[in-house]
Amino acid sequence: MSQTTTEIRLAGSGGQGLITAGIILAEAAIFDNKNVVQSQSYGPEARGGASRAEIIIADGPIFFPKATWVDIFLAMSQKACDQYSFDIKNEGIFIVDTTYVKQIPTSSAVAIPISSATREKFGKELFSNIVALGVICEVCKVVSAKALKAAISNRVPAGTEKINLEAFAFGQKLAKEALKNHNGAENEAIEADT
Amino acid sequence: MSRKSSYQLMQGNEAVAEGALAAGVNFFAGYPITPSTEVAEILADRLPANGGKFIQMEDEIGSIAAIIGASIGGCKTLTATSGPGFSLMQENLGFACLAEIPLVIVNVMRGGPSTGMPTSPSQGDVMQSRWGTHGDHPIIVLTPATVEEAFQYTVKAVNLAEKYRNPVILLMDEVIAHMRARVSLPPASMVEKVNRVQPNMPPEWYLPYERSATGVAPMASFGDGYRYHVTGLVHDAKGYPTANPNECRDNIRGLFTKIERGFREICMVDYECMDDAEHAIVAYGSMVLSARSALEQLRESGCKVGLIKLGTLWPFPRFALEQYLPQLKTILVPELNMGQIYREVLRVNAGKAVIEKLNRVNGTLITPNEIVKTVKGLIR
Repeated sequence: MSQTTTEIRLAGSGGQGLITAGIILAEAAIFDNKNVVQSQSYGPEARGGASRAEIIIADGPIFFPKATWVDIFLAMSQKACDQYSFDIKNEGIFIVDTTYVKQIPTSSAVAIPISSATREKFGKELFSNIVALGVICEVCKVVSAKALKAAISNRVPAGTEKINLEAFAFGQKLAKEALKNHNGAENEAIEADT
Repeated sequence: MSRKSSYQLMQGNEAVAEGALAAGVNFFAGYPITPSTEVAEILADRLPANGGKFIQMEDEIGSIAAIIGASIGGCKTLTATSGPGFSLMQENLGFACLAEIPLVIVNVMRGGPSTGMPTSPSQGDVMQSRWGTHGDHPIIVLTPATVEEAFQYTVKAVNLAEKYRNPVILLMDEVIAHMRARVSLPPASMVEKVNRVQPNMPPEWYLPYERSATGVAPMASFGDGYRYHVTGLVHDAKGYPTANPNECRDNIRGLFTKIERGFREICMVDYECMDDAEHAIVAYGSMVLSARSALEQLRESGCKVGLIKLGTLWPFPRFALEQYLPQLKTILVPELNMGQIYREVLRVNAGKAVIEKLNRVNGTLITPNEIVKTVKGLIR
């Protein structure tokens, strides 16, 4: 696997829209002129079962379609966090939705209450997946915001483009604040140590 | 921003639907089932818009019956299902084999037996696709390993069905059906389309099962003025039931002869790094993806390993193995079943190389690393 490969895993429970988010992320990668493969794993239930989408983005060819050594991990349920975080790289980026993930396995995780913040802002959690994409875009820069916005407009139901783009911007904003606190916390720890 | 670039994100099932449209399929009857549902979903939208017909039937028995009827009526037909539905289709699949009806069945394999693991990948239907219906019969089974191939092989499946007047099964696994990748598909106008040979003699001279030099009989469409009989009983050249031993022999042997003549055209095999290979991986479907990734790693570490990728499973492309057997010490057959193509490899190998299997039936893929480890163990 070449060095330019990025493996992303979005995990949560069925109904949270993570497979849709994965498709949007994959399409954005194509808009950015990258090679991409997206795969998914879910149970027979329409809602509630464990669900995950995996996206591999690379400059060169991609053979195996599943993530094996994950660079970016988003967990939107405790079960998904516990079950699917075993093969994250040490230097990988760990994002958790603290609405549903109460026990965070690493102190380096970017912890954001994605679903509850979405509910507060938009009145429902429906847009949590798009908010999560905004977060990923801001934290990881793996695909461009421009490409992601184009892919969102392309893939969401007609007539909902505007509110979904708002959700995306909201996710970016949440991430910016979280990163500021995240980095601040790290600095504090260093200060306390000296 | 290259939104107008020829590259697009496409799912395997979506590519099958696009392939069906490009190949000229104009009739689909089916019953939705995971993990094949997207094929029906997309064709329900696209076929009527393109002048074709889409029918959701009461079950899979009705589905295959409907496409048999439509095919006799002159349509290019396709249905899509998964293991449980494929089981229900077996009786009429046999009818289509004997009556020589062109049609394509897409079977997206999921974990079985029975309802099994509806959303998980498996390659458990390899032998069912060969021998699921009773009686001695040849069958054509193609198995794509990428999204792009899902398109190409669907086109090929429709064309082979038309050319050989034979049912063709497109056997996919859930991974290929559901994965999305960056693909660039040719415009439908650039896609080769094969149409069944029609009779050109006056209707009163027409013998519906009189084989031409190619081994295939011209097929008149019902409604075109050619009146003939179609039956599941062994029949004579007129299509009427017969017990005459010579006619029975000609009927059954004729089914085989046409496929034997087309053997090389039907068999699709790709070879990767085989020239100097002393060890080979024989793979198909999603296992090709694991094997390709493993191959890259194995070659980097200096192992003389190659890949024989089977695009056609039935008739089994034995020449693909035979030509390399003299140079091969070991062959590994990774499969998402307990070893179905492994048996074929053993049969063709006839004791020459060491054959090993690597199997998984837990609803997940065999990873590249597992193949690397197994091959290295074999080499040692």
